[in-house]
Amino acid sequence: MKLHEHQAKDVFADAGIPTPASRLAGTADAAVAAADEIGYPVAIKAQVQVGGRGKAGGIELVESADEAREAAERIIGMDLKGLHVEDVLVEEAVDFVNELYIGVTMDRNEGRPVAMVSTRGGVNIEEVAAEDPGAIAREHVDPAFGLHPYQARRAVYDAGVDHEVAGDVASILTTLYDLWDDRDATETEINPLMVTADDEVIAADAVMNVDEDALFRHPDLAEMEDRSAADDLEAKANEYGFDYVRLSGNVGIIGNGAGLVMTTLDLVDYYGGSPANFLDIGGGAKAERVANALDMVFSDENVDSVVFNIFGGITRGDEVAKGINAALEQFDELPKPVVVRLAGTNAEAGMEILNTDLVEVQGTLEGAVQRAVARAEEVDQ
Amino acid sequence: MSILVDNETRVVVQGITGGEGKFHAEQMMAYGTDVVAGAVPGKGGQEVAGVPVYDTVAGAAREEDANAAVVFVPPAFAADALFEALDSPVDLVVAITEGIPQQDMASVYKRLGETDTALLGPNCPGVITPGEAKLGILPGNIFSEGDVGLVSRSGTLTYQVVDSLTQRGIGQTTAVGIGGDPIIGTDFVDALERFEADPDTEAVVMCGEIGGEDEEEAARYIGEYMDTPVAGFIAGRTAPPGKRMGHAGAIVGSSGTGTAESKIQALNSAGARVGDTPEEVADAIEDFL
Repeated sequence: MKLHEHQAKDVFADAGIPTPASRLAGTADAAVAAADEIGYPVAIKAQVQVGGRGKAGGIELVESADEAREAAERIIGMDLKGLHVEDVLVEEAVDFVNELYIGVTMDRNEGRPVAMVSTRGGVNIEEVAAEDPGAIAREHVDPAFGLHPYQARRAVYDAGVDHEVAGDVASILTTLYDLWDDRDATETEINPLMVTADDEVIAADAVMNVDEDALFRHPDLAEMEDRSAADDLEAKANEYGFDYVRLSGNVGIIGNGAGLVMTTLDLVDYYGGSPANFLDIGGGAKAERVANALDMVFSDENVDSVVFNIFGGITRGDEVAKGINAALEQFDELPKPVVVRLAGTNAEAGMEILNTDLVEVQGTLEGAVQRAVARAEEVDQ
Repeated sequence: MSILVDNETRVVVQGITGGEGKFHAEQMMAYGTDVVAGAVPGKGGQEVAGVPVYDTVAGAAREEDANAAVVFVPPAFAADALFEALDSPVDLVVAITEGIPQQDMASVYKRLGETDTALLGPNCPGVITPGEAKLGILPGNIFSEGDVGLVSRSGTLTYQVVDSLTQRGIGQTTAVGIGGDPIIGTDFVDALERFEADPDTEAVVMCGEIGGEDEEEAARYIGEYMDTPVAGFIAGRTAPPGKRMGHAGAIVGSSGTGTAESKIQALNSAGARVGDTPEEVADAIEDFL
């Protein structure tokens, strides 16, 4: 779960990390009032959970109330990389001489966290990592030992941060690690961490992503989740408890098990079609879940046909088929063609009892995908 | 021969008093697995699925000679259950639980490195040596005895490939689910090393997916150390960047790390044969044998 910049900044500020004066505003009037109070110049920053906001026109530096109003009117309500901007953060503009990067993330290949420092702040750090890995100093952390001050200093000095500010930067880095650790974050990051002419260090941006699997022990963070950020269908999938990702194609996909559903998407593409979604209904195939899954995929207007691929393991194929038939009974007629393939335990018995008045049955995954792609093409013409 | 489990494996089921734990304990026994005990704090002295329940894994290991643990403990308590299993000690721990917090797993991973125990998972379907033992939730009846080893990050994708092997009359030595989480115990390289050392495994199927660099590391191992032929499959070619595709670990980085292309290319240049479809994987195995 990603926090908004203003939420992350609040968390960071509460932990003692210096942040610029700022206020959240949902209207142009509120933005101007906030800017007047903070004093010009200020930055007007779109609060959407996507990188590269500046380049996409979501951040503007303004010198006066008129400019603040103009910028706020333009940014609030705009569509930024597909996301609707509800609020802006009005923030004191910091006069800086240097921009640093500091961050903590999980190094999955090492199975342990890593703290990172770079003097090349203010740009996409993943690009820096790709073109010049040596520009980022890394300190891996034993989770049982924690990040000690000497390790933070080592990373800061290795990165080549100026001596005048190194102590402050190291201390912010240990705070950032402690936040990462205490709040079950997957990522805490300040980019840029600005250095002023007076050698002050200020977090000009704040990124905090929290492990969704750990939200049960952080009810305060769970409350910060912005459900409006999700696509309508993705929100619906959340309600139903499905793993769902919407794509842009026209062949709807329902299946069980992440790897097999991903494979079904890939096969749709391989056979010349275009996948509309990833939808994993999980184990078994209870009628209600099947009906909900069909409802989800049918309500995606891009979908022209559906491939429904279930591998019955412990749940037998005839049980799965009964679930599918019971779900189909809730529809008089299916709004879009559905091709079903069952495999695994008792699959043949299952396929025999499937209601073929409503669905087409195929014996293999490859066959089912090819038929669904063909049916989508027919509809498209 | 086989890897990880065989008919000497004696299983303690952690969480056997829960619905899932009990059901799968019974399924494991029905397959012929030697399930010898359950372990649930506070439930010691009961009997579930015909086996005694102990308060601690150490108790089950001591009294019933259990040498492997299968963990069906809810995510909030799973890390503690895994620490307990690692400390009991048993030789193998299979963690079925999905949704264990990442930082908990980082601590488990650190502890794991200090023991001689092998961990499968978490968020995995388990491991099966056909005809001998299955530990986990895999559907035993689609597997058959034979010469092919399988290792996979995904349960159902494994079943898909096994089903098509079995239908062609090709059996398996052992099938290992390593799990779909970002931090897991046994990884591809660990499993491939075991298959390479197993004289009965004549070919290996490796099913990977997007996210991380485990498949690339496996490719380096295959290229340098393996004589056993490997057929591969990578799921997630069409996955958009930044989206978690079901598994917590199945995510392409926003700047394009962990893609299917990178993994497929690495495996192909290491001499593995990567199929475009699951059937092509089975074709490759048929050619190898």
